[in-house]
Amino acid sequence: MQSVSELLSMGGYGAFVWTAYLIAAAVMVGLLAMVLKGLSRHRETLKTLEAERQDLRASTP
Amino acid sequence: MQRFANPNRFLKAANAILPWCAWVTVGCLITGLYFAIFASPADYQQGETVRIMYVHVPSAWMAMFIYANMAIASAVALIWRHPLAHLAAKSSAPIGAAFTVICLASGMLWGKPTWGTWWVWDARLTSVLILLFLYVGYIALVNAFDDASRGMRTGAVLAIVGAVNLPIIKFSVDWWNTLHQPASLTRLDAPAIHSSMLIPLLLMAMAFMGFYATLLILKMNDELACAKIRGLRIAQAR
Repeated sequence: MQSVSELLSMGGYGAFVWTAYLIAAAVMVGLLAMVLKGLSRHRETLKTLEAERQDLRASTP
Repeated sequence: MQRFANPNRFLKAANAILPWCAWVTVGCLITGLYFAIFASPADYQQGETVRIMYVHVPSAWMAMFIYANMAIASAVALIWRHPLAHLAAKSSAPIGAAFTVICLASGMLWGKPTWGTWWVWDARLTSVLILLFLYVGYIALVNAFDDASRGMRTGAVLAIVGAVNLPIIKFSVDWWNTLHQPASLTRLDAPAIHSSMLIPLLLMAMAFMGFYATLLILKMNDELACAKIRGLRIAQAR
């Protein structure tokens, strides 16, 4: 493969080849982002809940 | 395995190997993509469309491998009541579903230029579509119960029963007439693929495997955090 345009055209099948790679990348990055977002959100919630419980224990004699 | 039944001990071990999984994924992905796009030849019949194979085939392997994992984890969870096995199955499902989507989408994009059609209702394509429905059905079923452990037990039964689909997918190209080509690697004689195409294929497969391991650990961290949140909420309500 010599040039960028040759690489993009993929022998005339560029639309098929690159769409396949793009869909794969989009699905994988999207899933990773969703998992990371859920994880950080739930860790936040857990931290708040645990802090509340600590406060409750401290306040009850 | 009983040693890792303790969630905290499991998380400690899993999170220790997490960066390694991530680096293996990145490393294999970069070298795999280099070979797949630049350093491998075009096919003498298919031309450049053969490069879709390096996404399609590993994602198909992962779609089946993850489902098998899910079914085994579900069986372990039901038989030995291993508390983390349910979470492993539940965490695997969205990753497997994602690979099935990639497999189907890339397969359609490969089918159009090589077969002349996006889709045929033959055994291979239909059974993989059913695999996607099994993943989606499992995810919906597990989340359909107020009681999380009941949801996971019910889902486990579906995952185990659905495993019947795996040999159907694998042997569909041998049992029925199809446009889909038969296996090129898992044959009794030598693989029917040249090393210049086998190397990028295996590198991409390792990258996808690393991606699965990385996401599985992250998702299990998330599920364990959710379980702790549920426990605290119940304790609060009392």
